[in-house]
Amino acid sequence: MAKYYNKEIPKSPRIDLLKKSLFASKPRIEADRAVLLTESYKSTEDLPIIERRSKAFAHILHNLPITIRENELVVGANTIMPRSCQTFPEYSFKWLEDEFDTISQRAADPFEISEETKSKLLDAYSYWEGKTTSELASSYMCDEAALAIEHNIFTVGNYYYNGVGHVTVDYGKVLRIGYSGIRAEAREALSKLCVCDAEYSSKAAFQRAVIECCDAVIFYANRYAELAEKMAAECTVEERKAELLTIARNCRNVPENGAKSFYEACQSFWFVQLLIQTESSGHSISPGRFDQYMYPYYKADIDSGKITREFAQELIDCLWIKLNDLSKVRDAASAAGFAGYSMFQNLICGGQTPDGRDATNDLSFMCISASLHTNLPQPSLSMRVWNGTPHDLLVWAAKLTRTGIGLPAYYNDEVIIPALVSRGLTMQDARDYNIIGCVEPQKSGKTDGWHDAAFFNMCRPLELVFTNGYENGKLISIETGDISNMKTFDEFFDAYKKQMKYFIALMVNADNAVDMAHAERAPLPFLSSMLDDCIGRGKSAQEGGAVYNFTGPQGFGVANVADSLYTIKKLVFEQKKFTLSELKAALDANFGKASSSASDEELTGITVGIVKTLIEGGAELSEAQIAEIYNTVKAASGTKGSSQYQDILNQINELDKFGNDLDEVDALAREAAYSYTRPLEKYTNPRGGRYHAGLYPVSANVPLGAQTGATPDGRLAFTPVADGVSPSAGKDVSGPTASANSVSKLDHGIASNGTLFNMKFHPSALEGDSGIESFVALIRGYFDRKGMHVQFNVVSRETLLDAQKHPENYQGLVVRVAGYSALFTTLSKSLQDDIINRTQQCGF
Amino acid sequence: MNLLEMYDYRKTKGRIFDIQRFSVHDGPGIRTIFFLKGCFLRCRWCCNPESQSHEPEQMVTQGKVKTIGRDATVEELMEIAEKDRIYYRRSGGGVTLSGGECLYQSKFSAALLRACKEDGINTAIETTGFSEFENIVPVLEHLDLCLMDIKHISSEKHKRFTGVPNELIKENAAKIAKTVKELIIRVPVIPTFNDTPEEIADIAFFASGLAGVKELHLLPYHRLGYDKYIGLGREYSMGNAELLTREKIETLKAAAERSGLEIKIGG
Repeated sequence: MAKYYNKEIPKSPRIDLLKKSLFASKPRIEADRAVLLTESYKSTEDLPIIERRSKAFAHILHNLPITIRENELVVGANTIMPRSCQTFPEYSFKWLEDEFDTISQRAADPFEISEETKSKLLDAYSYWEGKTTSELASSYMCDEAALAIEHNIFTVGNYYYNGVGHVTVDYGKVLRIGYSGIRAEAREALSKLCVCDAEYSSKAAFQRAVIECCDAVIFYANRYAELAEKMAAECTVEERKAELLTIARNCRNVPENGAKSFYEACQSFWFVQLLIQTESSGHSISPGRFDQYMYPYYKADIDSGKITREFAQELIDCLWIKLNDLSKVRDAASAAGFAGYSMFQNLICGGQTPDGRDATNDLSFMCISASLHTNLPQPSLSMRVWNGTPHDLLVWAAKLTRTGIGLPAYYNDEVIIPALVSRGLTMQDARDYNIIGCVEPQKSGKTDGWHDAAFFNMCRPLELVFTNGYENGKLISIETGDISNMKTFDEFFDAYKKQMKYFIALMVNADNAVDMAHAERAPLPFLSSMLDDCIGRGKSAQEGGAVYNFTGPQGFGVANVADSLYTIKKLVFEQKKFTLSELKAALDANFGKASSSASDEELTGITVGIVKTLIEGGAELSEAQIAEIYNTVKAASGTKGSSQYQDILNQINELDKFGNDLDEVDALAREAAYSYTRPLEKYTNPRGGRYHAGLYPVSANVPLGAQTGATPDGRLAFTPVADGVSPSAGKDVSGPTASANSVSKLDHGIASNGTLFNMKFHPSALEGDSGIESFVALIRGYFDRKGMHVQFNVVSRETLLDAQKHPENYQGLVVRVAGYSALFTTLSKSLQDDIINRTQQCGF
Repeated sequence: MNLLEMYDYRKTKGRIFDIQRFSVHDGPGIRTIFFLKGCFLRCRWCCNPESQSHEPEQMVTQGKVKTIGRDATVEELMEIAEKDRIYYRRSGGGVTLSGGECLYQSKFSAALLRACKEDGINTAIETTGFSEFENIVPVLEHLDLCLMDIKHISSEKHKRFTGVPNELIKENAAKIAKTVKELIIRVPVIPTFNDTPEEIADIAFFASGLAGVKELHLLPYHRLGYDKYIGLGREYSMGNAELLTREKIETLKAAAERSGLEIKIGG
């Protein structure tokens, strides 16, 4: 007898209808929020910022146009058109103005924008000059940090241009007591304040702001109730009329009060989810442990016979559709980094209860089913795995993986819980963790984690070791010595560590500057009302109101740095195949390879590098000679380079690489990761919390790789750097267990802001029950070895076609044909075609 | 057994040409496969032609000349087997010896399997069964699962396509069935050789008569060995033989099922 229901529940026909209308129109930008926000701000200049925020929020919720979409059971949308977005000029706006005429045409995440919207936004934006968080953040940043950002060492763009987000509020509390309950807490706190308290003014203002937000949300839900009633009155289809009247009743009760049913709990959940993303533009608003906080309502209704499992599943499926209705416009560069209109609303199933028992229930299975039913990217579905996770839950999850949707991601309790405890969480809170955004663990309802605080490109400091801190003739870092004088590998590695430490300190400066700007200009009273202990402390999360405060910037390129260091250790210092200076020349010339994406600016950069090397080597160059070098570099981007560089590249390519379960190079990877994770631990943020590292790239490894020259691991200039803690693309050629073993040799516990390991599989490798079983065993095995996270890119036919064109990126890709496995790229074209055609026949 | 022998057998050397980790279709669970070099048969469809000769040879793969075949001790291979122990445990997997033919190097195979068993790792072999039985006994001693091919019932046709008759194979199958813990019969299904329902049914009925055999695997013909023939400068003797259609495989499966065995397609 199972403790949970683990069988397939059929999909309601409604879900496909909802999905169809979701994609019926192109996403567009709507002006209302920005206009309403600006109106309110203009009339509140005499008030404290926290109340300006609550009044603006209230003004928006009173006046934002609302709509109930066809066939919906759960309602609430902050744009009239689906998958559209509002804008948030309080954070930044100039980039959007600049993109007005191109945004509908750009490659990554285009949005339609009408002339009318443009003119409304321009009018609103005229107010915001000098008043945004990004402008204030710039003024707080030190010059060196600004210079480092300019030179693409790291970027804090995420929060610099947008709200912070990256939070899981206490959904369960809203479901239990509603906003009337939260309002009562704020009122009580306000009434207990002593007027002579030194912090009376700020605390009282905060509590008033919370009360105003609660009122506004209740008002907003009642607007939906009225609209539903009006639509019901006009509706001639009896069935829909009844649905609309139920919707109206739901919205009259929640989120004002506690939910009385599972259906009301779904509606209440959705208002929370929607309105956090209306108050601020921060993404990664993660629902967290949905299967836990929704379960009491589900169980009560099932036990009493109030709903069927089928209807409960339909409601969950409806929420999944709604999660895909939200969108956000980002600047072109960020859009490339977060490609796919991603909102990173991470929802996690399974794991343990706060007292350490297995947490699996019916809803854990139904959440996976909802993703199977909707087949959409949101929510970012995650699975918590611990030693006591039931096998059938993982089998269910593996079936979702097999669809190729890239979900769910798998997380290891056995690493994450102790890692969080080491950062000061109580054991109970650590066991109750969920994931924010991509891979970042934290305790819901208590944490302002500032996950995703920066992208730090670990390859760039490596480049600066070669140039002694100079770039294009200018010192942008510290001098760590001329490489031609370095006598040992340790000397080189020490120089790298010094470069890393220098830039990590600057990144902390930049993040703290942005942090301060958010506290001063965009505190969030609504969000804070659902985070402990903001009401207790009388301040917003942005000012340090949460119980746990962190800043988690992520480093990436571990594999590139590891393989690069290994090249230097083996080929330069041990085997003396070439000198550091010769290696530098090869890197400057991009190993003599074409760099198709090289711009004029990049060509100039390469030229300057070569010239500098030559001058350092004692050469005297005339301007004409330099021009000639430039032309050679330019020609090299179309033709084959010198054989000497090719020879160096060949030797590098033949060297062992991280990802093949080889202890010596893997040990270096561990050290390389420490060069980022360790120095970061000592820093603190303005909210009274600590820094801790993540090792994951979102998809920034592609655009930021395009800003990175060739590296000593044989990676060509401007190509992507390695993703997360994964081995470099195509360098792990010893199979999935070898790759997993290598990755597990890193210290995942210290990267308590998350690590990301991507594995590529062909669907054939997961065929049948035995395929699923092996797959689950692979996850279990990786987690036994203390890996932290793994996700699977189950490749499609398109990917195989791409692998034919770019075999270098897919060298580890295993395909299985009729009981036989082979590395795809090692097969001849005709055999590859066989397999591609076969996968097509199988319907993948 | 004296101490010296205990120490020595892990120094036994054998010749392998490949190692594959995370194999999921040659025995249960996640397995590490050691491919041994040298085979008694010369099957026309062989997908590992570089495995046939015991002598090291040159093969061109991806434009580079590689030497195929290297000698390794049991001890060295155990180090590699050990790396994936955790995955064996989680999946019920282990080590499989394939080839080539592990019976071609039966002393080495026996030593390697013995080391696995002593270290608590599940063992399997893939074999043609074409060897003197006394040669097979030491291998069976340390074996959890034997995956044995019965390619054809007609000795004449068997000889024409594999180079050897099948009497010894059929004899050994009966003996192995009585000795080993578990025996699964595998049939490579090859166009023009054994891809009629009658031929497959004959094999299945033979297999069902072996003591304890419950399972038979049909392994449909594939052309994955083609590139290797080119790389070895040899002719691909299967020519342009068509791959089997799904329908055909299903028909053959149905024919085999009449024997009462459980029939699986693929490993």
